[in-house]
Amino acid sequence: MAFFDRLKAGLQKTKEALIGQVNTVMSVFRKIDDELFDELEEALILGDVGVTTSTRLVEELRRRARQRGLKNGNELLPLLKELVAERLGDGIAPLNLNEGGLTVILVVGVNGVGKTTTIGKLARHLQEDRGLKVILAAADTFRAAAIDQLKVWGERAGAEVVAGPEGSDPAAVAFDGVKVARERGADVLIVDTAGRLHNKAHLMDELGKIARVLGREVPGAPHETLLVLDATTGQNALQQTKLFRETVPVTGIALTKLDGTAKGGVVVAITDTEQVPVKFIGVGERLDDLQPFDPKQFAEALFAE
Amino acid sequence: MFESLQERLQEAFKRLRGKGKLTESDVNEALREVRLALLEADVNFRVVKSFVNRVKERAIGQEVLETLNPAQMVIKIVYEELVALMGGENVGLNMADRPPTIIMLCGLQGAGKTTHAAKLALKLKKEGKKPLLVAADVYRPAAIKQLEVLGSQVGVPVYSEGDQVSPVDIAARAVEHAAQERRDVIIVDTAGRLTIDDELMAELQQIKERLKPHDTLLVLDAMIGQDAVTTAEHFHGKLGIDGVILTKLDGDTRGGAALSVREVTGRPIKFVGVGEKLDALEPFHPDRMASRILGMGDVLTLIEKAQEQVDRKQAEEMAKKMLKAQFDFEDFLEQLRALQRMGPLQDILKMLPGVGAQLKDINVDEKELKHVEAIILSMTPKERRNPDIINVRRRERIARGSGRPIAEVHRLIKQFEQARKMMKQLGGMEKMMKRGKMPRLPGGGFGGLFGRR
Ligand SMILES: Nc1nc2c(ncn2[C@@H]2O[C@H](COP(=O)(O)OP(=O)(O)OP(=O)(O)O)[C@@H](O)[C@H]2O)c(=O)[nH]1
Ligand SMILES: Nc1nc2c(ncn2[C@@H]2O[C@H](COP(=O)(O)OP(=O)(O)O)[C@@H](O)[C@H]2O)c(=O)[nH]1
Ligand SMILES: [Mg+2]
Ligand SMILES: [Mg+2]
Repeated sequence: MAFFDRLKAGLQKTKEALIGQVNTVMSVFRKIDDELFDELEEALILGDVGVTTSTRLVEELRRRARQRGLKNGNELLPLLKELVAERLGDGIAPLNLNEGGLTVILVVGVNGVGKTTTIGKLARHLQEDRGLKVILAAADTFRAAAIDQLKVWGERAGAEVVAGPEGSDPAAVAFDGVKVARERGADVLIVDTAGRLHNKAHLMDELGKIARVLGREVPGAPHETLLVLDATTGQNALQQTKLFRETVPVTGIALTKLDGTAKGGVVVAITDTEQVPVKFIGVGERLDDLQPFDPKQFAEALFAE
Repeated sequence: MFESLQERLQEAFKRLRGKGKLTESDVNEALREVRLALLEADVNFRVVKSFVNRVKERAIGQEVLETLNPAQMVIKIVYEELVALMGGENVGLNMADRPPTIIMLCGLQGAGKTTHAAKLALKLKKEGKKPLLVAADVYRPAAIKQLEVLGSQVGVPVYSEGDQVSPVDIAARAVEHAAQERRDVIIVDTAGRLTIDDELMAELQQIKERLKPHDTLLVLDAMIGQDAVTTAEHFHGKLGIDGVILTKLDGDTRGGAALSVREVTGRPIKFVGVGEKLDALEPFHPDRMASRILGMGDVLTLIEKAQEQVDRKQAEEMAKKMLKAQFDFEDFLEQLRALQRMGPLQDILKMLPGVGAQLKDINVDEKELKHVEAIILSMTPKERRNPDIINVRRRERIARGSGRPIAEVHRLIKQFEQARKMMKQLGGMEKMMKRGKMPRLPGGGFGGLFGRR
C-alpha cells in the first residue's frame, strides 16, 4: 500500500466520526450562518481539539470566510482544513539525527501511552527503512516486566537490548546503553523510560537525570526527545507537553492509538501553543504500524471523504 | 490553564449583585462559564449539553439563599447535580452469594487493567478473601509476566497457560483451578482492545458468556477525552458492564470522563486508581469528583489523608484550630512535618480549594521547607504561640538565628497570616457545606507559602 493510502487507512476510523459530523453539516446546501459555525466548532471540540483552540479556529474561519467573500456553506470545509493544517506546522518534521556520530533518542511520556511499543516500531523503521544500526536501552526499570516487554520488541525489530536488573537506577542503564552502542558501532540508541505522570516532581527529576547522563556521555544528547501522547487523551495532553518540556527538551511528539475511535485533535492545540511538531503517528500494535506525521495529510485525512 | 470556576463565575457576576430569585439571564451567564469548565475538564460535548440544560431548568426561578450571591447559588446547584449524576452512595464490588466471585476487567490499551487486577487482589486479600489472578492477555508482550510479578508482589497466585492458548479457554479452566485450590475470588485480566476491533470484542463476549462474571468492570484512564463516551458505550453495549474503575487520578487531569461514562452507561464508578503502587486504590466519592471536575479542590480527601498520618484526635484538634484561625507557628511546624510525612506536597496542596488553579506554577521546594522550619525554630516558644508579638526587632533576631534573610522572615509571617485567614474562610465554608451553602474562596490560596517557580 502506498504511504498515502496507508495513512488514510490508518486514519479511517479516526476521521469517521468527525467527518460524519462535518459532512452532515456540509452535505445539505447551506448558507453560512452562526449555526453552521457552531456546528463546526462542536465537531472540533468532539475531536478533542479543545474549547479554546476550537473557538479560535472558528473565529479565524469566520474572518477568512468574510475576507474571501464566501457564500456557500460547503466552501467552509476546505478552509477549515487549511487552518488546521497551518496550525499543525509546515511539512513533515524529520527526526533529529546526529550525522556521523551516535544519535540518542529519549522516549518519554505518562503511563500506558505506548512508549515501548513505539520504540519497537521506530527501531524497525530506522534499521530496515534507513539502514541504521539501532540499540535499545531498557531504562524502565520500574514497571513489572517492562524489560521483558522491550526485549520482545527488540527481538521483533532485530535490535539488541541493553538492560539492568529490575529496580536498578535508570540513568545507569542509559549510561550502559551508550557504552554498548559505542562498542557495537551502532548509529542510534533509543532509551525507553518508565511512564510517569508529569505532576510528580521526584519522577520528573529522575527523568532529568537520565537526560543529563546522556548529555554528558554523548555531546548534544539526547538529540531527539520524543514525547509519546495517546490519541484518546483529552486536554490533559497539553499539560503533559508543558510539564515534560520543563524537564527534558522535547523535540517531537509521537501520537499513538490513532487506529481507534479517538481523534487526537488535542495535537492541534499543542502545536498551536507549544510549538512542538508531531513526528510520528501510531496506527496499530504491529511492528510496522508507525507512520510519519504529515500535517497536510493529517488534516486532509481528518476531514476528507 | 484552568482558572477555578469560582474565580471565573465571581468575575462574571461582579455586575450581578441581585438577590431574590435567579433570573434566566443570571443563569445563562453563569452556565456559559460552567459549560466551558466542563468542556475543559473533558466532559463529552453532548453530555455537557444535556447536563447544562438540566441545571438550567432546575435553576431558573430558584430562591437565592440569603448568604449566597447568584453565582454561588448556581455553583451549588451544579455541584449537587453533578454529585447526583455520578451516583449518590459509594458502590462496592458485587460479590457472589456462593463463592467463587468472578470479576472480569476490560478496557482500552494501557488503561491500567493489569495493575488494577493486582490492586483488587490485594484489597480482597486484606479483607480475608483468597483471590486468584488470571492471565488472559495473551497478546501484549510480557503481559503474563507482568501479572505474575504483580501477583507475587501482593502474594496472590496467578493462573496462566502461556500465550499460545485462547483466553476463553484459559479463563474457563481458571475457574476449575480455583475450585480445586479453594480460591474464592477470581480476577480475570484481559488484553487491552479497541472498541472497533470486532474480533477482540467478540472474544470478551465469549469470556463473559462462559464465566458469567459477577462484576464486569471497565477500566478507564481518567485522562481520556471526548472518546470516553464511545468507549463506554461500546464496552457497555457489547458486554454489559457493572461498573467502572477510573485510573491515574493521581495526575492533574480534571477527569471529566467520570461524568461522561456515568451518563452513558448508568453504571457506577466503583474505584479510583491513585498511583502505581498496589495499595493506591480508593473507593469512588462522587462529591470529591464533582469538586475536582469543577476545580473546587477536595477538602474532604485532604482531611482524610491528614488523618491517616496524624493521629485522629490530633488531626481533629488541628483542623478545629486551623478552621478557627487559632493555629499558631507551633501548630504550623507540626503541620509542616506532618505534611512532609504525607508524601508529595503537590498531591496534598491540590486538594485544597482555591489551590488547584495556582498549582501549575507552584514548585514545592523541599529546601524551602527546611528554611521555613529553620525560621520557625528560631522563634521563641512564646513567639510561636503569639505570632502577633513578633515585631521588627524580634524579626531581626529570628533572621540572624536562622541564617535567613530578614525579607524571608517578613514573607513567612505575612504568608502565615494569609493562610490563617484562608483557613478561617475554609472553616466558614465547611459550615456552609453542611448547611448546603457554598463558600466564596479567596484567590491567593495556600500556594504562596511554598514559593513559586
Ligand atoms: N500513576 C498511575 N499509574 C497507573 C495507575 N494505574 C496504572 N498505572 C500505570 O499505567 C501503565 C499501564 O498500566 P497497565 O496495568 O499495564 O495497563 P493495562 O490496561 O493492563 O495495559 P495493556 O495490558 O497494555 O492494555 C503502567 O505503567 C502502570 O504502572 C494509576 O492509578 N496511577
Ligand atoms: N491500538 C493501538 N495500541 C497501541 C498503540 N501503541 C501502543 N499500543 C498499546 O498500548 C498499550 C501500552 O503500550 P506500551 O508500549 O506498553 O506503553 P508504555 O507504558 O508507554 O511503554 C499496549 O497494550 C500496546 O500494545 C497504537 O498505536 N495503537
Ligand atoms: Mg513501557
Ligand atoms: Mg495489561
